[in-house]
Amino acid sequence: MDLIKEHPILDFQHGKKVKFFFDGAAMEGFEGEPIAAALHANGVVIYRETPQMKRPRGFFCAIGKCSSCFMVVDGVPNVRTCVTALAEGMKVETQRGKGLVPALS
Amino acid sequence: MRSTEVMVIGGGPAGLSAAVEAASLGCQVMVVDSDLKLGGQLIKQTHKFFGSKEEHAGTRGFEIADILFRELDENKERIQVLSNTTAVGYYKEDGVVSCVTGEDEYFRVKPQRVIMATGAQEKMIPFPNNDLPGVYGAGAVQTLMNVYGVMPGKRVLMVGAGNIGLIVSYQMKQAGVDIAGIVEFMPHVGGYWVHAAKDRRLGIPIYLRHTILEALGDRFVTGAVIQEVGAKGGLVGEPKKIDCDVICMAVGLTPTCELLWQAGCEMTFVPELCGYVAKRDNQMRTSIPTIWVAGDAAGIEEASSAMVEGRVAGLNAARSTGHLTDTEFDARSSLYWKRLSDLRAGPVGEKIRYGISQACCGSWEV
Repeated sequence: MDLIKEHPILDFQHGKKVKFFFDGAAMEGFEGEPIAAALHANGVVIYRETPQMKRPRGFFCAIGKCSSCFMVVDGVPNVRTCVTALAEGMKVETQRGKGLVPALS
Repeated sequence: MRSTEVMVIGGGPAGLSAAVEAASLGCQVMVVDSDLKLGGQLIKQTHKFFGSKEEHAGTRGFEIADILFRELDENKERIQVLSNTTAVGYYKEDGVVSCVTGEDEYFRVKPQRVIMATGAQEKMIPFPNNDLPGVYGAGAVQTLMNVYGVMPGKRVLMVGAGNIGLIVSYQMKQAGVDIAGIVEFMPHVGGYWVHAAKDRRLGIPIYLRHTILEALGDRFVTGAVIQEVGAKGGLVGEPKKIDCDVICMAVGLTPTCELLWQAGCEMTFVPELCGYVAKRDNQMRTSIPTIWVAGDAAGIEEASSAMVEGRVAGLNAARSTGHLTDTEFDARSSLYWKRLSDLRAGPVGEKIRYGISQACCGSWEV
């Protein structure tokens, strides 16, 4: 993970390290931190592709307002990954287009 | 349907101050905040604040957040805090606020009073490829770096030399990120000299009278093209190519005002306050008698004044629900307004004073 090693002012307290999956690849992140931050630390910067122009989109506002970081999380599309907490075993996928609403079981 | 005496929307400096004020005076308070962590922008601010002792001058932003958290804790029997909860609708027919926790847990709240402390959002400027991954808001970069300890990139071009652009640039340098430079359209630095001086001491070039022409890259940012701007605003000289993997946008903020519009508050566009804001009386009350506004949502200013405005809103909400006498109210109110006028004094406060004069109607009672 590409984390800040030394900082003159801040002392980072991370939570429990958990394993999650990005498009099938196993990655590590910290429980309770935003999914988007964990992906960024793992070098992932493309989070979705726009419906019409197929333009890549990534992190942008980090406050749940811009919709740039929408991804499919555990099968649910349009999840704001900048304000959604990472959990053990999460399956995070690049969202292509608008995403499909999962069938109700 | 949940209910509460006072609902505070937004858990940043203004909202937390409002909540603590109202609760300490006896109100039952519910605070909703959309982020995973409370504190708004304060928790990512590592610089020391200016202003006066009452506003914690000399203390770093994230330490001021800790002070507010302690005050919340002291009043915890009267304050319910809901994080990762967004207020998504205000129904003016019955004053019901609809909220969602996470992505799918919806609920409704019927508050007696509402304090809108929804903060601000970043502005953007148009240029080709400004949608590429790697073009990040300055607040987002601060979140990655100062809250979660994640490197935002290897080499960053900052756009905007206002206080945020200047501060975030040296913060990145402190975190070990290389800064390609700061691009500023104006012929002078917009932020305080003390911040600009820090950047210059760290060897960061500041390109005044320059603008960004485009972001380079196919799937993500690999560089940027900048060029000098002449006295008449046209481009002069040759375009310069800058190698970078992040373009950080610090081109200003605008108040987050959707809920205020939806509630039907009288709104007005005030350039000095950076966008549409609710008209308010001299106690921060909007045209809807049960709704107050505080902090950046009322006009872009600073966390110091946002905290005092929050106190004003909380105090008024407590008075209107019968929790204090007029004498007690007057004593506190005059103290808070004195602090606000001190914070806004002098030439630095000229713009904000003018902006407020455009948005404030004095009193709603005719």
